[in-house]
Amino acid sequence: MNTESRESEPAQSRARESQISNLKFEIRRGCAFVAIALLVLTACEREQRRFREIPPGATAASAVRQSELQPGAPQPAAHFEGPYADNAWAVSEGQRLYSWFNCVGCHAHGGGAIGPPLMDDKWIYGSEPENIFATIIEGRPNGMPSFRGRLTNQQVWQLVAYVRSLSGQLPKDVSPGRPDDMSVKAPEQSKQKEYPVTQPAQHPQ
Amino acid sequence: MNKDHCKTGGIKSNPYQTSGHEFIRSAFNSRDPGSRTNKFLANIFASAWLLLLILAGAGFYASCGGTQSAIDPAGPQSRRISFLWWLMLIVLSVVYVIVMLALFLSVRRGRRREQAATEPEAEQRLTRRVAVAVGITVVILFSLLLVDFTTGRAIYSMQSNDAIEIKVTGHQWWWDFEYVAAVPSERVRTANELHIPVGRPVKLQMTSQDVIHSFWVPNLHGKTDLLPGHQTVTWLQADEPGIYRGQCAEYCGYQHAHMAMALIAEPPEQFNAWLENQRRPAPAPMNEEQQRGQQVFLTRSCVMCHQIRGTIAGSRSAPDLTHLASRHYIAAGTLVNNRGNLGGWIVDPQRIKPGSRMPPNDLSGEDLNALLSYLEILK
Repeated sequence: MNTESRESEPAQSRARESQISNLKFEIRRGCAFVAIALLVLTACEREQRRFREIPPGATAASAVRQSELQPGAPQPAAHFEGPYADNAWAVSEGQRLYSWFNCVGCHAHGGGAIGPPLMDDKWIYGSEPENIFATIIEGRPNGMPSFRGRLTNQQVWQLVAYVRSLSGQLPKDVSPGRPDDMSVKAPEQSKQKEYPVTQPAQHPQ
Repeated sequence: MNKDHCKTGGIKSNPYQTSGHEFIRSAFNSRDPGSRTNKFLANIFASAWLLLLILAGAGFYASCGGTQSAIDPAGPQSRRISFLWWLMLIVLSVVYVIVMLALFLSVRRGRRREQAATEPEAEQRLTRRVAVAVGITVVILFSLLLVDFTTGRAIYSMQSNDAIEIKVTGHQWWWDFEYVAAVPSERVRTANELHIPVGRPVKLQMTSQDVIHSFWVPNLHGKTDLLPGHQTVTWLQADEPGIYRGQCAEYCGYQHAHMAMALIAEPPEQFNAWLENQRRPAPAPMNEEQQRGQQVFLTRSCVMCHQIRGTIAGSRSAPDLTHLASRHYIAAGTLVNNRGNLGGWIVDPQRIKPGSRMPPNDLSGEDLNALLSYLEILK
């Protein structure tokens, strides 16, 4: 814009300026909208429903080690978060299976009964996903049954994710916000995160 | 139409059509009674509309018979519902046609009478006509309300002591039926297939395991909701034997559309024979392959959710399979029950009914064949 035109046609120039500032505002608003939309898109994954894992029923089980010792050079244990640590739908499926397969029968709704509680910070066989996977598949001494062959890997991983949500190990936006049936306790979402401590089982004499 | 001509500079481009003065008059007054185009168009619209109505009606009627239709009644309740439906359709169609005719005539004549209508005499006449129209409307609506109310009262309950009692539980996405009996061994549990004797009232006590569902067998009765944590009751009676299709009528999640049931109304002797058979535990395997099939069932994920009475499989999270082979359909009316469909369903239910609670099963060919051979004897 040159000064001559501004002097000769001040009104027009002002109108043009206001048009430009309007345009700038529109562009800024558009950018903000796109940014918010992109932000929202990142949340889509947590609701992704993977009904049909391929090949059906198969999810590679992690290499769970029962011992720290190994031949040859020491290697760090493989760590596997499980496929569903960030998937809210899978965690809610785990919540359903938790009562379907009668985990409730021994562990209650996380508070424990004849089985150890699952919502506190004490873990007998480890709190990592692969430990819980192994506990469900292999069973543990003094009562925990083995579900090998009875559950598909997909179901076990869903259960693993839900069991971890019981003590607040999962992000709050992934943990279940309310149960499907009558609530007996605060939802997993509002559970404060416990910091796991390994504590060997104390068996009654 | 005329307005469009004006916008596109019609005055200059169409000087030969009419004289300038007349053209402008008709351009700015689309309701001009003298406009032939308008009359012609109105007639075309009216006939097209009528034709569409007739075609839609014919198509609707042609597609509405059969095993899932409220206007093909097979019981006392649905007969009343169907009567009410036809009554309303006919009365309201007549009213609709009369209103449309009146509207059409008044649009045609209204312009000419505009001046005359301001006279007090004409206004009185108009008031009388409106009052009569309102009166007739009130009478019609009130009569329909009465008929509706009496129909509702008549179909609500059958108040019979001779009724068969069945507990219905809705699940995502299948139906659980339990025939109530005083003696526990006479209780029968089945899924997605309801057998009832012809001519005898049936009392359904319904609830839901998860979300709200709605029980609807259109040939027999209207809809009744199944609510979690609450019991609703409805009554049924079939007067004609047949297989009627029922469908969940309250959106309940991903596979709501595949939550159907077969309701089989049969003569009392046949029904009693069926019930007698359902009371029996599952037959034992008779050869080695069936033996292996039973082992597959009892050692794989099937046993976690399904029940087969007579074996250790006792879970009630999924349909009771004690007499699976006697059913017409599997997967809640999704597939016809035959060996091929059953095999496909067991191996990969998520392909057929994505989101269903049944997990895919990674079985070897031999195991699957053995399992199918075992399931086929569960008659």
